[in-house]
Amino acid sequence: MALSEKEVFYVADLAHLDLTEEEVKMFGPQLDAVLEYVQKLSQLDTTGVEPMAQVTHAAAENSSLRDDVSKPTFTQEEALQNAPEAGSGSFKVPQVIDRE
Amino acid sequence: MDNLTNLTIEEIHGALAKREASAEEIARAHIDRIRTDDPRVRSYLSTCEEKALEQARAVDRQIAAGEPLRPLSGVPVAVKDVILTRGLRTTCASKILENYMAPYDATAVQRLESAGAVILGKTNCDEFAMGSSTENSGFYPTHNPHDLTRVPGGSSGGSAAAVAANLATVSLGSDTGGSIRQPAAFCGVVGMMGTYGRVSRYGLVAFASSLDHIGPFGRSVRDVARTMKVIAGRDALDSTSADISVDDYEKSLDGNVRGVKVGVPNEYFEGLNPDIRANVEKGIKLLEKLGCKIVPIRLPHTEYAIGCYYIICTAEASSNLARYDGVRYGFRAAEFSGLRDMYRKTRDQGFGPEVKRRIMLGTYVLSSGYYDAYYLKAQKVRTLIARDFVEAFDDVDVIVTPTSPIPPFKLNEKLDDPLQMYLADIYTVTASLAGIPGISVPCGKLPGEPPLPVGMQIFARYFDESRLLQVADAFEKAGGFSVS
Repeated sequence: MALSEKEVFYVADLAHLDLTEEEVKMFGPQLDAVLEYVQKLSQLDTTGVEPMAQVTHAAAENSSLRDDVSKPTFTQEEALQNAPEAGSGSFKVPQVIDRE
Repeated sequence: MDNLTNLTIEEIHGALAKREASAEEIARAHIDRIRTDDPRVRSYLSTCEEKALEQARAVDRQIAAGEPLRPLSGVPVAVKDVILTRGLRTTCASKILENYMAPYDATAVQRLESAGAVILGKTNCDEFAMGSSTENSGFYPTHNPHDLTRVPGGSSGGSAAAVAANLATVSLGSDTGGSIRQPAAFCGVVGMMGTYGRVSRYGLVAFASSLDHIGPFGRSVRDVARTMKVIAGRDALDSTSADISVDDYEKSLDGNVRGVKVGVPNEYFEGLNPDIRANVEKGIKLLEKLGCKIVPIRLPHTEYAIGCYYIICTAEASSNLARYDGVRYGFRAAEFSGLRDMYRKTRDQGFGPEVKRRIMLGTYVLSSGYYDAYYLKAQKVRTLIARDFVEAFDDVDVIVTPTSPIPPFKLNEKLDDPLQMYLADIYTVTASLAGIPGISVPCGKLPGEPPLPVGMQIFARYFDESRLLQVADAFEKAGGFSVS
């Protein structure tokens, strides 16, 4: 298989990455090599094998649930301290909705 | 005492108890050594000298007041920079988090501090823990203390190098596909990953959530066992942490491994550096001499592990790293037109090449039309790999393998060929996929100048960390770290 430049741009778009032309030229063949390598898995017959999403250990039912009680959490100031742009107690983002 | 930076935890506690050294003197000795030696090794990204000295003085006050020592009282530790430390910069070695100040402590960090540890600083790593050499750091590479022209391994290369160079007594790393065990092997120290769920990941910046672990490095198995005991156990803040009691690991370090069944899988002894193979075989001989029973075993799906791992970890990474959008924290591109363009430019400028490669790969394998062929297939293969181990552990108590098929390589040697870099993880990703615990211990040196360390890896059953540490400790006591 060979990943076309168009496909690389398509995937970058899905991933919200604004790749440069040079990056696309570099990543294309590298991703291709990895995808070709992982084709190896198709040699294995996995009929009837359950997929494993997570390692799970025996535990009591609902053991990961906690009591529904409120606890102190970050102050507004703490929550906003790392924001690239904040104001009026909120995260600031570029305008999302266009005004006609 | 003349040298305060090469002590074990027990030696530190001996010195504190006999008033031969104060915790402040020990912390200061490490800070001084970091100043003189770390410009060459570059294991730290940031240090917190004032905080460290304050923590050390608090320990000294407790000793003066006659309070008993806690498990890590006065022990200088380093923390990988993917683990949150309140009030200290936590960058994940990424430009996208260059100025991120963690608003809370990871549970593992909070437990270290409650046990009396003195945190010296944050260590370098591959960006977001993605890599096997620490060359993918967004800031600078770390150098292997045994040969500064070579990599320390990765992704926890800074944590491994800091302990190897006596710039910390123990350290925390994270392991997703070998990121503790492989740099431990490359730097000649002990590095351990517990069972999946043994250590809380609350406050560990997520890379691949079904595979991520926090674990310790040390220069002795006992130091690692003690640190592991401190950080292990159920945490209500991480629903994947197991509600299973934690053994007193140091009690299992009795040196008696007579009758322990050691599985040796043929699949891990093919196509590797012949000198590494020879050393690990000598290590196995030593275990046999100690009374272990050596049992040849099969782990037939080993050859599929790299393919399986790189599909699953990139898929999870592409999802986990979607949060870096320039809104709530981290870097935001300076120029853009509109919200969507802001996301795209922020992410392209903020992430380094390996992170982008993995996001792209993960996005591809999850995308419409490819999900079944890649992601679902990999999850099924993961079941087979895990089953190999469960079946093998019907017959044996531990499994012994080399940690890495190759010795520490030269800086820049593999940087242009990501697939070759991925293939070097072949012996470590298997345990990550299965979720069993693993440890890498030093196993002699390679011939040549300077002599480079070799690592031997041990796996055990789910939650059988005691057995893992017992065998590793018996190996250390019998001189296994310097087999020749």
